Amino acid sequence: MKLCYFAWVRERIGKAEEEIAPPGNVTTIAELVRWLASRGDEYAYAFENPKVIRAAIDRSHVKSDATIQGAREIAFFPPMTGG
Amino acid sequence: MNSVVTVRLQREDFDAAKEAAALTRGHAEVGAVVTFTGICRGTESGAPIAALTLEHYAGMAEAEITRHVEEATSRWPLAGVTVIHRYGRIAPGENIVLVVTTSSHREAAFAAAEFLMDYLKTRAPFWKQVEVAGAKSWVAAKDADDAAAERWRKPGREAAE
Repeated sequence: MKLCYFAWVRERIGKAEEEIAPPGNVTTIAELVRWLASRGDEYAYAFENPKVIRAAIDRSHVKSDATIQGAREIAFFPPMTGG
Repeated sequence: MNSVVTVRLQREDFDAAKEAAALTRGHAEVGAVVTFTGICRGTESGAPIAALTLEHYAGMAEAEITRHVEEATSRWPLAGVTVIHRYGRIAPGENIVLVVTTSSHREAAFAAAEFLMDYLKTRAPFWKQVEVAGAKSWVAAKDADDAAAERWRKPGREAAE
C-alpha cells in the first residue's frame, strides 16, 4: 500500500510518500502507527504522540481503530489548520 | 432545491466580488448572498509575519470539501455555493479562502457559510506554516475551531476521527 505524509509528519519522516508492506498482524490504523514508529528514529519522532496523528484511508478521514485491509492509500497528518 | 456548486483549489488569487456576482446575477430566486473571505493576517501572536505557506492533500481536499458542500445543500435551501481555497505561499493581506452562499432568505445563507468555514478549519486537509523572521513553524490547531465545528454535529452522527 501507499503511505502519504503531510506537514510536520512529512518533515519528521523525511519523505512525502512511500510503498510499504506491513506484516499480516498489522490490521488497524493504530497498529500501523505502532509498527511504523518502530522502523527508525525518524518514524519514532513523527509518531511519538499517536493521539495527535490524524489518518485517512483512500482519501476519507478514519479513526485509529479503522481496518487497513484493502486500503490502497493511507495518509498520516497533524490536525488540520486550513480555512 | 438544485444548487449551483463550485469547489476550486488553486495557487492563484480570487476575486470575491466576481464570484458572488456569478451566483446572483440572473438568479431570480436569490434574495441573499453571504460572502466570507479569509485573509492572511500580518501578525501572529503580536509578531509580524513574512508569509503563510499552505500545504494540502491534493487528492483528498477537493473531495472532502465537496462532501461538506453537499451536506450544506442538504441541510439548508441554498441556490448556490462557491468554495475556493488557495494553497502555496500567501503574503499578509492576501486572500486565503472564499465561501459564497446564496439563498432566497438570509438565514440559510448565513448558517451555511458559517458551517462551511467551521468545517474547512478542522476537516479540510490543509496545513498552515507561518514564516516569522526567516524561521518557519507549523500553525497549531485551535481547540476553539474544534468546538466551532462540533456545534454543527447532528445528534446520532459521528465524525470520523
